[in-house]
Order: sequence, then C-alpha cells, then structure tokens
Amino acid sequence: MSTTASSAVSVTDLSKRFERGDVLALDRIDLEVQPGEFVSLIGPSGCGKSTLLRIIGDLIRPSEGDVLVNGKSAHQARLDRDYGIVFQDAVLYDWRTVVKNIALPLEMAGWDKQRREARVREMLELVELSGFEKHHPWQLSGGMQQRVSIARALSFSPALLLMDEPFGALDEMTRERMNNELLRIWQETRSTVVFVTHSIAESVFLSTRVVVMSARPGRIAGIVEIDLPQPRSPETREHPRFAEHITQVRRLLRKGHALDAPEEDETPLYVAEEGL
Amino acid sequence: MSVVAPLPRGTLGARVGRGAVDWIPAAAVLVLGILAWEGIVRGLDIQRFLLPAPSAIIDTLWEQRELLQAAGIYTFSEALGGFAIGCTLAVLAAIVLARFRSFGRALMPFAIAANAVPIIAFAPITNQWFGPLEKTSKMAIAAILVFFPVMVNTLRGLTSVRPPQIELMRSYAAGEVEIFRRVRIPNSLPYVFSALKVATVLAMIGAVVGEYFLSSQEALGFQIRNSAALFQFELAWAAITVASVLGILFYLAVVLVERLTMSWHPSTRAD
Repeated sequence: MSTTASSAVSVTDLSKRFERGDVLALDRIDLEVQPGEFVSLIGPSGCGKSTLLRIIGDLIRPSEGDVLVNGKSAHQARLDRDYGIVFQDAVLYDWRTVVKNIALPLEMAGWDKQRREARVREMLELVELSGFEKHHPWQLSGGMQQRVSIARALSFSPALLLMDEPFGALDEMTRERMNNELLRIWQETRSTVVFVTHSIAESVFLSTRVVVMSARPGRIAGIVEIDLPQPRSPETREHPRFAEHITQVRRLLRKGHALDAPEEDETPLYVAEEGL
Repeated sequence: MSVVAPLPRGTLGARVGRGAVDWIPAAAVLVLGILAWEGIVRGLDIQRFLLPAPSAIIDTLWEQRELLQAAGIYTFSEALGGFAIGCTLAVLAAIVLARFRSFGRALMPFAIAANAVPIIAFAPITNQWFGPLEKTSKMAIAAILVFFPVMVNTLRGLTSVRPPQIELMRSYAAGEVEIFRRVRIPNSLPYVFSALKVATVLAMIGAVVGEYFLSSQEALGFQIRNSAALFQFELAWAAITVASVLGILFYLAVVLVERLTMSWHPSTRAD
C-alpha cells in the first residue's frame, strides 16, 4: 500500500534501536491505517508493539523511517493534539476528580468552562459513569478508572485513538464488557483506533485488521483482515469465522516465533500446519 | 456496572462524636500517666530537683503565666520565622534541582550528607553570625535544620512521577512548565507535607536549643536553662511544657492545612 495523505497513520521503513543494550526493537516496519479502521497490534512481549504505538504518538523518536499522522509529521500531530491515548494503567491524576480528569485535555486546549462542562457530561454518559462526577480515582474500580481514561482520551474528539493494552489489567468479564463498550464508542465517534493487545481473541473480536508482530527484532509477521459482520456483538464470538481468524492469527504468531528461533521444537508443528 | 460505596459522608456531629470516642483511650492514658507521676513523686518523696510533681508544675505555669506567655511567643516567632525561611528556600531549591536534573544529581549526595550532619552543632556559629541576642540567629539555625529534609522530600515528590503520567501530558502537547504545574507539583504535595510536619518539630528544636547557648532573657530556652541552673526546677519544667504544647500545636496546624489542601488524598480520610 502506498503512502497517501488520506491515511490516518502511515509508517514507512521505520526502525528503532535502543542505545541501552543495543536492542533492535523495531526493524523496517511499514504500516498504513485508513481513517475509520480498527487496527490491532499483537505479538509476544518484547516485539515492540508498545514502542511502535509510542512512536506513532511522538512519545518516542524512531531511529530511522517516517511516521505520518493525518498526513503530517507525528511531531506536528502531537502538537496539534490529533490523537488521544489510553495506557494499560488508567493514569488518572489522583488529585483530580472524575470530572476534572476528563476535562484536563480540554483545559489544556483552552476550552471555556461552560463548554468543558457540557462536553464532560456527554463523555460521562458515553462511558456510563454519570453519578460519579465528584469521585476521586481511588474510589473507583479498575474498570471504571479505565472508562474515565477512555472518556478523557475521547473528550476532545481526536480523529485517532491510540490504546496500549488498555484492558490488560482487567478481569475477563470486565474486559469483555469493556470490549463491547469500546466498539459501541468506536461506532458512535467514527474514530480510527490503533490498539495494542496480547490477547488473540480480543484482537479478532475488536479489529477490522490484526497486525501480527514477531519479536527481536520486532517485525510484522503478517496482517489478517477480519471479515466479521459489523456491528460486532457478543454473538460475534460464536461466528464460525471468529474461530478461523483466531487460528490465522495464532499461526502467524507461531510463524513469527519459529522464524525467530528455528531450532526450537515447535518447527515440525508449524510445518504440519502449513500443509493444512 | 459495579457497585461502589458512596462518598463517605456524615454529619459533622457524627464525625466529631466518632472522633471523640477514638480519643478516649489516649486521653485515659494521659490522665493516668499524670496521676501516676504525681503519686510516685509524693509516695517516694522524690527530690524536686530530680522530678517535680505535676501539681507543682501546673501551679508554676499559672503563677508565671505572664513570663511564660511572653517567652513562648518570643521563641515560637523564632521557630515560625525559621520554618518559613527554611521551607521556602528548600521548596525553591527542590524545584530548581528537579528542573535541571544533572545539576540535581551533582548536588544530591551533598544534600543527603548534610542531612546526616548534626546541624544543631552550628548553633554557636549562627549565634555569632547573626548576633546572639537577635531573633535572626535562632531563625537561621531553625531554617538550616528544616532545609535539608524539606528539600530532599520535595525533590523526591517532584521527580517520582510515573512515566505514563508524563507521557500523557506530552500527548496533550504540554511543555515542561505545564507538566510541572499540573503534574509534578500536585504529585509532590504528600511528600512536602510529611516533610513540613517533621520541619515543625525541627524548627522548635532549633529555636530552643539555639537559645540554650546565648539569647535574650525573654526566650523560652533561656528560661529553661537559667531556671535549671538556679534550682528553679518547677519553672524549668513549666517552660518545657510550654515549648512542648507550642510544638504540638504547630504540628497540628500543618496537619490541618494538609487536610484542607489534600482532601483528595486517601490518607486524609479518616473513614
């Protein structure tokens, strides 16, 4: 795919070498994300998926290669507040109430009080936290904290949402509910999402495309187009193609792993599966 | 949606009532302790230069109330002045060191070493520098005493911000100044207040001990040293009591400010 100005994210020939330990974290990555897509990055720990996300957000600088966000440099996109980011930890500021946490990016963008309040109210409804305005972060459960974090990332309507294993610390049931909520929000806001996860099922359930990465050095092992009907619902998990896609992603993960360490016992299994 | 306990509320009366109940054991210990002290002094006929009876100390507190009040105000103003000067300089220094980290790394070992030095040993020197009869000489020793713990703690508070908290601010295009104002400073408050509480005690020690060496006759430290030398032990103990009560009130005043400014912090919620 060629780099176009219309891409939400365009990564070209990107490498990242960490000076400390001389680790090649990312090796010649090319990736295009179109507006409105939901793209997951999945891979073993150490494959550089979080690093890639942070480079897209201009929180880390790449060693080589180019990153364009909404057609401009990642740096300019950050200065223009073009994206919202959600981390694994909710990263709420303890001294701010729920309302003030959500209003933080709006304050920094210079919105007046009245406009902020109206927007925060909308966001609280979106993440179903009305009634918790005056609570402090420590008074909320982990799932609720993460919903505040998502509301905050969406509050200024960024076209791009970067998410770094946002539900990784939640229990399975909360995670599935959060997945459904995220998809509902994605549909409502029509934003683009780049989502880092280490859960195969989560990546297939949420995404329009899954980018599978291999570790050391971090490379793209393959990309799986997820051909499941929209909007997704809990029944999606029982769709016959859901299981197929999970198998596809798993194979790519294993292939990446096998390429990485060909001497391991897993190689015969991979060869056998390749014949299927 | 998960069920979360509502915000802790309750009428002021209920809270105070509960607070009062919590204090009963401590109050009982205090009363029993004083009674035991009185009983032992009387029963064993202990010499008054070893330990006067609480009743004698209380009598003296009343009889010498004008002298003690003046001395208390004099010494407390020194402690308060030293506290204000030392803490202000310490917080400013911490901000500079947090902003220019390599500078901070170069100076930190000395700050920590200075923290371990018995700074009170410098009291005779500051007395000479600022004049033994001047309040400023006691303020100086109090200020130096409080400086290092407040500086080290504030610096720790300003720099112990979790990296994602900074990354998030940068994603909002925040610069260093804004990160300081919106994240580092609020993050440092719990550290600052725990240092300020220690500093109240240190400031009182600095003022009183500074006065032991040489000071105006109006000072509490002078009264303690002088009356002990003149075998007026009841007066010495009464002055020590005044110094203790002032120290405790000073500490509680900082606790009150802490609760008012950090109502968001879990530690300030009794419930």
